[in-house]
Amino acid sequence: MNPATALPPPARDPAWPGRLGWLIFGLVLLWPLLQATEFRPWTLFEPDSLKVSGRFIASFWPPAHDGEFLALVARESWRTVAIATAGITLALLLAIPLTLASTRVLSISALSGRMARGPFWLRQALRWLLIALRSVPELVWALVFVRVVGLGPTAGVLAIALTYGGMLGKVYAEILESGDAQATEALMRNGSGRLQAFFYGLLPQNAAELTSYTVYRWECAIRSSVVLGFVGAGGLGQQMDNSMKMFAGGEVLTMLAVFMLLVALADHVSSALRRALG
Amino acid sequence: MKIELHDIAARHPAARSRSAAALRALSLTVEPGEQVAVIGPSGAGKTTLLQVMGCALPTSSGRLVLDGREPWAMPRAALQALRGRLFLAPQVPPLPPRQRVVTAVLAARLPALGLWRSLRSLFYPDDIPAAHAALDRFDLADKLFDRVDRLSGGERQRVGLARALLAPAQLWLVDEPLSALDPSRAQQAIATLCDEARGRGVTLVATLHQVDVALARFPRIVGLRDGAVAFDLSAAQVTREHLARLYAQHEHELAGAPVATPEETPAPQPVVMHCR
Amino acid sequence: MDRRDAANPPYRLPPPLFDARCKACWFTAGIIVLVVASFVSLDLQWAQFFSAEALRSMGRFLGEFFPPDTQPEFLRRVAWAAWETLAMSALGTLLAAVAGLVLALPASRSHAGARALWRTPTRLLLNALRSVPELVWAALLLIAAGLGPMAGTLALAVHTAGVLGRLFAEAIENAPAGPADALRAQGVGPLRVMAYATLPQVLPQLLSYTLYRWENNIRAAAVLGVVGAGGLGQLLAFHMGLFHMGKTATILAGMLVLVAIVDAASYGARRLLAR
Repeated sequence: MNPATALPPPARDPAWPGRLGWLIFGLVLLWPLLQATEFRPWTLFEPDSLKVSGRFIASFWPPAHDGEFLALVARESWRTVAIATAGITLALLLAIPLTLASTRVLSISALSGRMARGPFWLRQALRWLLIALRSVPELVWALVFVRVVGLGPTAGVLAIALTYGGMLGKVYAEILESGDAQATEALMRNGSGRLQAFFYGLLPQNAAELTSYTVYRWECAIRSSVVLGFVGAGGLGQQMDNSMKMFAGGEVLTMLAVFMLLVALADHVSSALRRALG
Repeated sequence: MKIELHDIAARHPAARSRSAAALRALSLTVEPGEQVAVIGPSGAGKTTLLQVMGCALPTSSGRLVLDGREPWAMPRAALQALRGRLFLAPQVPPLPPRQRVVTAVLAARLPALGLWRSLRSLFYPDDIPAAHAALDRFDLADKLFDRVDRLSGGERQRVGLARALLAPAQLWLVDEPLSALDPSRAQQAIATLCDEARGRGVTLVATLHQVDVALARFPRIVGLRDGAVAFDLSAAQVTREHLARLYAQHEHELAGAPVATPEETPAPQPVVMHCR
Repeated sequence: MDRRDAANPPYRLPPPLFDARCKACWFTAGIIVLVVASFVSLDLQWAQFFSAEALRSMGRFLGEFFPPDTQPEFLRRVAWAAWETLAMSALGTLLAAVAGLVLALPASRSHAGARALWRTPTRLLLNALRSVPELVWAALLLIAAGLGPMAGTLALAVHTAGVLGRLFAEAIENAPAGPADALRAQGVGPLRVMAYATLPQVLPQLLSYTLYRWENNIRAAAVLGVVGAGGLGQLLAFHMGLFHMGKTATILAGMLVLVAIVDAASYGARRLLAR
């Protein structure tokens, strides 16, 4: 305690100039963003725009509930789930071999210290392949496949298979590498083959986590397949696109409600499965 | 501020309803401007007593009277105004880790500031000289603009005490103000606290584990054991026997062994799961 | 008793592969049925897809992607569209962070024992905003906002506000309560308690979530244009519709580069904040 302190209190907050500088920097960055996105929210409230949106919003109520339409929605919802399931199944067929080939844990050359050059670069190349598969948005794949195989669910299934194959492959590899590799290493040191080591060592250890992630991805695939429907891949999304183009708000509302129910249901199933596993 | 406790019983908010109450049939009166030290073994209910006095914990039975009025019978606005006139300093200094010391210290003054001024003070501290003066009394003036998490435990505790000097309060309830301080710093801190309280006419109630400090600095000592008052005497009247009986089966605490401060468990992180 | 006894005790046989009482068996059976039913009901034209003719035409189609169009005029258009996409994602995420914070306040319980009447309705609203994918929001908002990047920005903002609102609310609820309790004990009102005690503690986490979400949004922004919301997506759909595969390849490359840039920037910013 200094009864007669020599230091006078500081006059200004030393952090203020820095903060002001960052604030101005942020505002300066904001202006071109507003320009580039043509962000003019007041145009939403212009009379013409209000009339169009007003009519559209008004058409939302009542939601379409005639039997024929509901049957159509039920059919399309099943198709959406089917596209997602088929897509994930194909993604698994793609991801599992790629994971096994690219994971470091199954490297025999690494048992004696460093991984040999050839296998290392092969694994790297497969990793990059997985990254490339992941990086292209599934919508782009769907656009391409719609050109090749035509409109319909095949394009959606293939798009999901490729993108999700990359995602599943990458996460599977991470899961396998993050676990304890002792058992697998021991098996391989004693002469068992890679696949044997996988089935007897890696898989039992990580099965719960792998399955849990796959179920979570299935839930995401359902959302994706609705989005893909907007470019012609069938299912609930395509119906929504049709209804929106016809300004049939009631149908859109019904389908949105069904979609949210579907997602909630899938979420429940997914969490129940994951809890049962974990 | 005058405090009157009449037959108070209180239990921890997290305690099960059939477990023993933290305070049992406790009666105590503190006159305005008095300085009281509350001592006793751990688990005696010292912290609960301060929380009851500070209207932070409702009592399950009995009457609490502050300045002639019952806080829990008041309308909410009056209770908030009353709370603004007291200052409760918990054992773990309530300082947000990444906040600067100047803002954390000035936050004690919030009950006296209007909304606009408070919010403006977040961006540019409202009263730097006052914060500087308060910290200077605890020898921390040079830490004014540092971040709280860059201070040591003892420094943080002193910042917590410095907040009391800025609070617009007539009652200071301080829980274990010296637990993280070495003896010389502890002497300085408690001296500052008592001098300032005396100078401002503030009622000071402090719980202390350092019995020698309590006997040296505080005119009135209240001994608490198992939720009830064991003795309520002036410092001169407290004998070794009183202390021995108070700390029976807890002699190591009387000898000055450090008491474990409650550890804050890190909060669980929300799971970031999105479909990409 | 699940054990089956072998003919020669004391040995016991392993449990049967499918046991009617085992839940996991039913789950697995259900999954197999689901997968088979999906493939059968979709009527995927595998034969058509894998016939020699189809493979040849696909090979030809893929060949048209190379060489990618690199004329300077077109590259400038792609660069401008990339800038538009970047701006959409950045502004959309920024608006979502502000809206998310505003919505997170009623959606969180400020302290254990607070009544928090607005918590459930706000959480329902946030869930509804999150559930609808960005593309569907964009399609809906196009009707109000017209073609162009504003619809895309608003769609991203609305969807991401639901995501960030929920994350922010959970972070606020999990913040250590010490400083907030001390201020409440002094009778300070809830808004100032939030500003002085809670927000300073969770702000780094909120910023981290926002940056993490920006990485997601740049991918979303790139494809939103397909329904007409501007940026690279709109350019892509346009040229693909005209079968300009060389230009499409350039646009795709631009998308990948943009995503990589934003990922790196977000990662760097998060590292900077964590210092």
